[in-house]
Amino acid sequence: MKFEHLELSELREKLDKKEITSVQLTEYFLARIEKLNPELNAFVTICRDEALSQARVADDYINSPGENPPLCGIPFSAKDLFCTVGVRTTASSKILDQYIPPYDSTVIVKLKEQKAVLVGKTNLDQFAHGSSTETSYYGPTKNPWDTSRIPGGSSGGSAASVAAGMVPFALGTETGGSIRQPSSLCGVSGWKPTYGRVSRFGVIAMASSLDSPGAHGKSVKDLVSLANIMSGVDLKDSTTGDRISDFRLQIADLKGVRVGVPKQYFVDGMQEEVRERVIEATKELERLGAELVEVDLPHTKYGSLVYAIVAPAEIASNLSRYDGIRYGYVTSEAKNLLEVYEKSRSEGFGDEAKRRIMTGTYVLSAGYYDAYYKRAQKVRRFIINEFAEVFKKVDVLVAPSSPNVAVTLGKAADDPLFGYIADQLNIPSSLAGLPALSVPCGFARPQDGVTPSVDGLPVGLQIIGPQWGEQKIFDVGLAYQSATDWHKKHPTEISNS
Amino acid sequence: MENAEYKPVIGLEVHIQLKTKSKMFGMAPNKLDMTEPNVNIDEVVTAQPGSLPVANKEAIRLAAKMGLALNCTIDEWSKFDRKHYFYPDLPKGYQISQLDQPIAKEGWLEITKSDGAVKKIAIQRAHLEEDAGKNIHPDGLPYSLVDYNRAGTPLLEIVTHPCIESAEEARKYLEELQRIARYVGASDADMEKGSMRCEPSISVRLPGEVGLPPYKCEVKNINSFKFVEQAIKYEIERQTEMRKEGLVPKQVTMGWNEKLNQTVEQRSKEEANDYRYLPEPDLPPLQFTSEYIEELRGELPELPAAKRKRFREEYGLPDADIENLINWKELTYYFENVVSELDAWILSAPAELSGKTDKRGKLIKSVANWCLQDFSAMLNVEHKNPDESLVTPENLAELVKLIDDGKISSSAAKQVFRAMYERGGDPSEIVGDLGLEQVSDEGAIASVIDVVIANNEKAVTDYKAGLEKSFGFLVGQAMKELKGKGNPNLVNELLRNKLK
Repeated sequence: MKFEHLELSELREKLDKKEITSVQLTEYFLARIEKLNPELNAFVTICRDEALSQARVADDYINSPGENPPLCGIPFSAKDLFCTVGVRTTASSKILDQYIPPYDSTVIVKLKEQKAVLVGKTNLDQFAHGSSTETSYYGPTKNPWDTSRIPGGSSGGSAASVAAGMVPFALGTETGGSIRQPSSLCGVSGWKPTYGRVSRFGVIAMASSLDSPGAHGKSVKDLVSLANIMSGVDLKDSTTGDRISDFRLQIADLKGVRVGVPKQYFVDGMQEEVRERVIEATKELERLGAELVEVDLPHTKYGSLVYAIVAPAEIASNLSRYDGIRYGYVTSEAKNLLEVYEKSRSEGFGDEAKRRIMTGTYVLSAGYYDAYYKRAQKVRRFIINEFAEVFKKVDVLVAPSSPNVAVTLGKAADDPLFGYIADQLNIPSSLAGLPALSVPCGFARPQDGVTPSVDGLPVGLQIIGPQWGEQKIFDVGLAYQSATDWHKKHPTEISNS
Repeated sequence: MENAEYKPVIGLEVHIQLKTKSKMFGMAPNKLDMTEPNVNIDEVVTAQPGSLPVANKEAIRLAAKMGLALNCTIDEWSKFDRKHYFYPDLPKGYQISQLDQPIAKEGWLEITKSDGAVKKIAIQRAHLEEDAGKNIHPDGLPYSLVDYNRAGTPLLEIVTHPCIESAEEARKYLEELQRIARYVGASDADMEKGSMRCEPSISVRLPGEVGLPPYKCEVKNINSFKFVEQAIKYEIERQTEMRKEGLVPKQVTMGWNEKLNQTVEQRSKEEANDYRYLPEPDLPPLQFTSEYIEELRGELPELPAAKRKRFREEYGLPDADIENLINWKELTYYFENVVSELDAWILSAPAELSGKTDKRGKLIKSVANWCLQDFSAMLNVEHKNPDESLVTPENLAELVKLIDDGKISSSAAKQVFRAMYERGGDPSEIVGDLGLEQVSDEGAIASVIDVVIANNEKAVTDYKAGLEKSFGFLVGQAMKELKGKGNPNLVNELLRNKLK
């Protein structure tokens, strides 16, 4: 019997009916991970022993009377930014290579309360600084559809682990596209929550005012189930909102739903076939009853400029704690305190972290703060207001999650135009803290060479909602997936030869 | 008088540790006086990856109350900022502080100088921040240690305008600030224990110089009011000498050296940090409603200045007594409870007594003396507050009455009080138990005096010959016979009469 591509509700039924135990299911997925990971490198750490002991606890719970929590006994993976007590948490960086947290992040606590089973920690760009997972200290993760290509990033390991059937779902985080883009490139569904919907406590910080922990799953339905569990105000994170998170799973038609198509999100320079797939998807939404409305978001072009100031400023600040004093990598060469700092940090951080620390330090320097950071925050306010205005006219916005399908490893930097457009597609909504989904919507041929994947490579449709408007994007996503089966396509099994 | 033209310009930065259950930005306990290092810590205190700050409501409350007590404005909005620098005792690589929207702004505090002059010291701002840990450098070892017990302790930094003009003014300001912090219940504000720290900035203005001098010297590492005063005096002298010679002192941070009794240069301000302030993205801004502010205002106790004024009017005590009482908030409560017991008694006493205000004044002075002398001394030994002792206000009032009525001598009263302090109980009963009643029976005293006169012929003769000393001897003999319990006034009076 195969379990790797079952949805959560199907796994729930099998566990509840005792067709399989959590230990068996965990062994099943661990076996897949152990088989596929040498090729894909989606996992930094596999926690076999902890997982099996959690699975045994889940089985005891299932075997005792009463209802089981939705995720009880179901394996999952977490991006290696989520702190897990007793399990190494590296941020895919050298500086935290040996770091074992003394505490669990809030999301992990919630999943443990469900008795879900953590099977491993997934790879990412170092400290989530990137969108290809190639800057990981542990080497790149490969795209399960074509192992010569990137999975996207920074949550590339998580998206790949779901796409390859190594886990039923995975935790990811997004700061500026890090859930949507890898979900798109790996052909899985991804949810980037409203900023403040899911607690950041215990998630290693990138840029505090943008970071949104979320998830990758087999379907929007699975993501809605996860949203109901992961969301909610957290007394340990003052930026979480006290909002009710009880989302409907019922599929409704889309009559009366107004779907905005921002013209700035369908620009020249993106891959033509990608644009076609996304336009076809919008037609599908129309067929389901939605009304398509072209909308204008003229401030879109400022998004990446604002991001280029705000994100490094917060990153530089957040990375200050990695000083070689209390935990993490410490140089063996220091002769005095200053050298402990200088050497531990220059030996421990990767190039991208250093670049961002330098930029961030610069923009916060005395005399530059007003010209850069303060001004960027003002422009950010314009972007937020522009979205708020548009959402008076439409319920959701749709766009490509990425301007291109997965590119070849090592080539992400070769086409700066893709990078520029990718920023346009994801960053403004991140700056505004908006919720979004990425759902598979077809396949396209890559522009850089051939791919062994018969249908081509996955394309993702993103659905952006207003602040706290998760239900709206879920409704559209559920309706879309009830009418299409792109989310049920899986990569050809990698042979272990 | 040329010297007087060189005017000191002094501003004070004071940090007080707020008395809260938990730390400024997390749930770890806020306990000082820990003997074991790194006990009051958790993932937030030690800045583990992923940990986030949550602002302590109680600390915010105490800070706003202090602001109100210092006559400051509390704006509707306040926010936190990150102040970046690297040091091992600073776990996050930044301190969460407040840059441009402090919790309290523009207030004042009034001091009375020793010459009686009253001055308002203008306060620029008071803001919340977190304390750092402590670096420890073991003697002769090639490493340092860090103790994070203190890290994250809530601090209120109170900054004056540069309007202080002498060491005395600085000291008076600090003393009053300490009293206010204690009255509000915000802090123990103890300089020796570090729960109150003061960093004066000092410069000296040239005769005729307009505006602030082009430099200032900050002095750190001062742990008592006395040293603040000494350090400021030292700096004023040093800088005045330099300015007289036409020199501008370097803008430096000085440290107070207790052994040398002088300030010593610590580091030059030229290497000062750029703190790269960043609005704290992990903490939303604080909003204060006017209802909340009024609620806090309603919770403020009577503050030292008001109490000082009222005590002067209501009790007519000497200023020194009032000052000493005011310094101990709990003792003022106790004192007033004793006085109200006595007042109840005076009111119910015969008309001629209740009308006599000098009688009330005498009793009140006696209560103040007991509070400030024997009682304070005993409480201090045990580090207790008055309400934690066994001596109830009723019992102390009763004791004061017994003395006033002549029922016990003042030396016997001291014994009785000690017994009241040690075991508790009604002083009349203790007097009885210990057999300390004063003998005021004229007949009994007269017969003792007769015996004394008969047995001490020489002294009697000497006294009659004009040797006053012998009278004292005879009183002593009589008191000895009376086992120390004779009413001394009566003994004196009767003896004089008999020897006429």
